[in-house]
This record gives sequence, structure tokens and C-alpha cells, in this order.
Amino acid sequence: MKYLNIALPKGRLGEKVYTLFEKAGFPCPSIRENNRKLIFENPSVGVRYFWVKPSDVAIYVERGAADVGVAGKDILLEYSPDVYELLDLDIGKCRMAVAAPKDFKDDPSKTLRVATKFKNIAKSYYAKKGRDIDIIHLNGSIEIAPILGLSDVIVDIVETGTTLKENNLDVFETVVPISARLIANKASYMFRGGEIERICKELSVGTEETK
Amino acid sequence: MKDVQLLRREEQAIYGLRGLYRKYGYTQFKMSKFEEYDLYVRNKSFLVSDHMITFTDADGRLLALKPDVTLSIVKNTKDGETGLKKVYYNENVYRASGDGNGIREIMQVGLECIGDVDEYAVSEVLYLAAESLASISDTYVLTLSDVRILLSVLDKTGLSPEGRAQALQYVREKNVHGILALAKTEGVDGGALSRLAALSGTPDAVFPVLSEITGEAEAVSELIALARRLEAAECRGRICIDFSTVSDTKYYNGIVFKGFIPGVSTAVLSGGEYDNLMTRMGRTSKAIGFAVYLNLLERLSDGESEPDTDVLLIYGEATPAETVLCEVNRLTAGGERVLAVKDAPEKLTYRRIVRMEEKA
Repeated sequence: MKYLNIALPKGRLGEKVYTLFEKAGFPCPSIRENNRKLIFENPSVGVRYFWVKPSDVAIYVERGAADVGVAGKDILLEYSPDVYELLDLDIGKCRMAVAAPKDFKDDPSKTLRVATKFKNIAKSYYAKKGRDIDIIHLNGSIEIAPILGLSDVIVDIVETGTTLKENNLDVFETVVPISARLIANKASYMFRGGEIERICKELSVGTEETK
Repeated sequence: MKDVQLLRREEQAIYGLRGLYRKYGYTQFKMSKFEEYDLYVRNKSFLVSDHMITFTDADGRLLALKPDVTLSIVKNTKDGETGLKKVYYNENVYRASGDGNGIREIMQVGLECIGDVDEYAVSEVLYLAAESLASISDTYVLTLSDVRILLSVLDKTGLSPEGRAQALQYVREKNVHGILALAKTEGVDGGALSRLAALSGTPDAVFPVLSEITGEAEAVSELIALARRLEAAECRGRICIDFSTVSDTKYYNGIVFKGFIPGVSTAVLSGGEYDNLMTRMGRTSKAIGFAVYLNLLERLSDGESEPDTDVLLIYGEATPAETVLCEVNRLTAGGERVLAVKDAPEKLTYRRIVRMEEKA
């Protein structure tokens, strides 16, 4: 039997997403077992789930190792993978925002120094505004960049805003709202479109119910 | 050696495709590996990637290693000649792979049909695209779309120029929720465009919905008729009308298509009618063509892989060389592949082993 491969993002969001798939009629009870396995199969419904790093889901799907997957809109905007974005699951909601120290005042006569993990999103956001920026690409603890004078502002994901507050930062602008999306490999869609559309339909019902 | 099985998957494909195109009157177009950089700069967005290898020629001209074949063919085609010029090519192109891995050499086979392109010429090119896929894989899907239909639906939305570019990207992603959200932001109706983006299926399944979305449109009847013609030609694969098959509307003006085979995660074939490119290059002729990306076939599994050799022949220190040679020739004459060595290499696979030492 050829399994439909589904890449799920490791972590809390992934667990929520799996529950949606389970409710939609694609259960795989072994995934709930407490162990360190990463791949789980349920031959009775023909699905194989695997946990991957959230930022890698799109790569697995684009390259066809997974037929479908769930990735945050932030990852899709940052890496522009060549995949179908079939459904907004309306979970894992947050926003990409520009934050800076509370007393920050933009000086348009100077290049704006922007620290971020999402350099493509930041670049295209400021390009649209015609603002000259200097991107400082960081991999974590972005919040401390303006405090230490490394950057003027940061572009990062904001959920509750607690981390920002604790580091004396405020949100100045929202770049784009973010949520989890169902994505599919384009070739898989051509050969297994029926199954993928069924998943999409069931998940959209599940998403509506959770609203 | 005449055995086609000796060829790698992509080499077998080239062999088959060249034969196929020749059968339909296409002649080979051979070109130089270099082209003036200027040609590509002027048509940057026609290229899959705008990164290319450039260098200065002895006379100071800036040249590029060919990132694309179609532009060179169009450039080398005389305009205004009556009839059709049908050419095929088998060339390596050099372009960025798109994932930051630098420039790669990509093996491409394809064809171009330039001149008085009529309904038959379009049908023949599409049929050859389907047959190209069939020669590579038993199962395939050929997706068809038409730029005219997509643009007419897009025009009716009344989206802003920025919104239109974003909407086209959403159609490419089948991102229905994105289209609806964009339309809502701009205060226009995105219903028809979102339905078009979601549409995917056989001509019979798609036609009623498509007619509902677009009304009576010539392009719709032509697209459906073309798809039905391909089905009637008993193409072995599935013909699927899908509007996420979007190509740059600055260059393509009519039918656009892509081919998929199982086991390859992206389209292995891509093509379309590119009269707009011809106009941009100062030509009046019409044109249609496609390319098959053979480098993508490298990873395709051939089913059960065969062992490294049929016979592993182990000879000893004392075995005379002429005896080994004689035994190797005897075995190869029987059609077997033989590897004669003193010690078996690690991880070598073989069908059987013959030890000469024991015989001696």
C-alpha cells in the first residue's frame, strides 16, 4: 500500500494539527504513544505521519518526501517553496511584527538596522515602503539586538507579546498575520488529488467547528 | 554496444525523445554554448532564474553560458517566412537551482514550433508533450491551462496592479483563501478567480464549472476541444485542466502546460504558446514549444536495481594471466558482465562468484 505521507511540525502546534487530522478521519493512534519515534503509520487508513522541525515542513513537501504538511505562513513567506497552499487552518495564530524599544523614534535620514530571523519577509516589507535597511540576520534571542545597540528594530513573530514586554520592547507595526496552512506537493496533488482534496475538505469542516 | 539498457534513465529518454521528434518532422537545432549576455538581460523574467555564468570574450563582448534555449532559437529564426519551422534540441543549460545551491548544469530536451502556428500545430505539440512523458513513464499527468482565460477572469475582478500580481501567485499556489482575503481587502469580488484556482480535472468534469465561471468564451471552447482531442488521440496518461499551471503572462499568451510523472516532485515538462515573447523580440510569427528537464529523472528508481556485475571472478597469485583472460573472455562471450580481481571489493554486488584459484 502506498501511504499518503504527512509532515507535521514538532511541538504544540503539531499536536493540535494532528488532532484536526484525527477528527477529520485520518487517525494514527501510535502517534500518541510516549516515545521518541518520529514516523508513525496507520495502514488501515493509509497514512504515514512524521514529525519534523516546523521550519523544515515546507522542504519535505516541496521535495515530495511528504505529500502534504502543515507549515506556518511565516515559513511559506520566508522561503517561498513551490507548493500548493490549500487551506488556512486558522490555528497557531500570531503575527509578524516590527518591534523596538519603547522610546524608539525612526530617523528616516539614516539606514534602519533590522535584526531578524526572517530576512526575506523583512526585505520585502521595507522594499514596499521604500525604506533603506541593513538586515542583521540572527538565529535566536532577537529581542536583545536593539537593547544591545546591535539593531534599531526587530522583525519577529509575536504571539502574546510577553517576551517583548519583559525586554522593554513594543510592537510598532504589524507586517503580516500568521497562521498554520495546509500545503501539498504539486506532483502529489496531480496523482493523489482526490485524497488530498478529501483531507482538505474534512479539515476545513474541522477548522470551522473549532472556531 | 547496442543494448539500450546500458544507457542511464536520462540517456534512454534522450534517445527515445529524439526519435519521437524526428518522426514528426522536427530537425535538430544545434547551438553554441555561449550567447550574448544582452539577450538574456532584455528578457530576464522569461528565464527560470536570472543568475547566470558570464565572462568576457576576446573581443570584449560580455557572454553568458546558455541559461535557456528558447531565446537563442527565437533569435536565430528568420521572421516573416511562410510555413512552420519545427526544431528540437538536446542541450545543457546553466542556471541557478533556485534553492541557493548555486548554478547547475541541467540537461534539457525540447522542441519549438515557430511560424504559422495553427490548431493542428498546437495539437501536435501537445500530443508530442504527452508522448514525451509516456516515453519516460507509464503513468503521467499533463496539465493544461490558458493564459487568456486566466487573464479574462482576473480582469473582471478589478484588482489593482499589485493585487493582480499577488493574485496570480495565489492562483499558482491554489491559495483560495488568499484570493478571497485579497479581494476583500481591495473591496472586489474574488469568487470567480478563487473557483478558477481550485479547478482541476478532466475536460468533461471541468467544462460545466468553467463555462459557469467564464460564460461563453472562445478560449474555453478551444481549451476543452484541445484537451478532448488529446484524450481521443489515446494518450496513455491523464489530461488535466488546471489553472495553477501559470506561466509569466508577459511572454505566454495562450495554452500553457506542465507534465508530471510519479516519483518526481516537480514538473518534468513545461511549455506553452509564447507569441508575446516573439513580439517582444520584434518577431511577427507565432510560437509554441516545451522543454523536458532530464536532470530530474536521475533519482527515478528503475525498480529492482541490478547487481554491480554478473560474475565476480577471483583469481589467485599463482593463476597465470592468460588463463584469467581466457576465462573472462569465455564468460563475457556468454553475455555476462565479469569483474576479475584478486580480492573481492567491499560492498560489491554480483549474481555469482567464480574462484579461479580453486580451479588451478
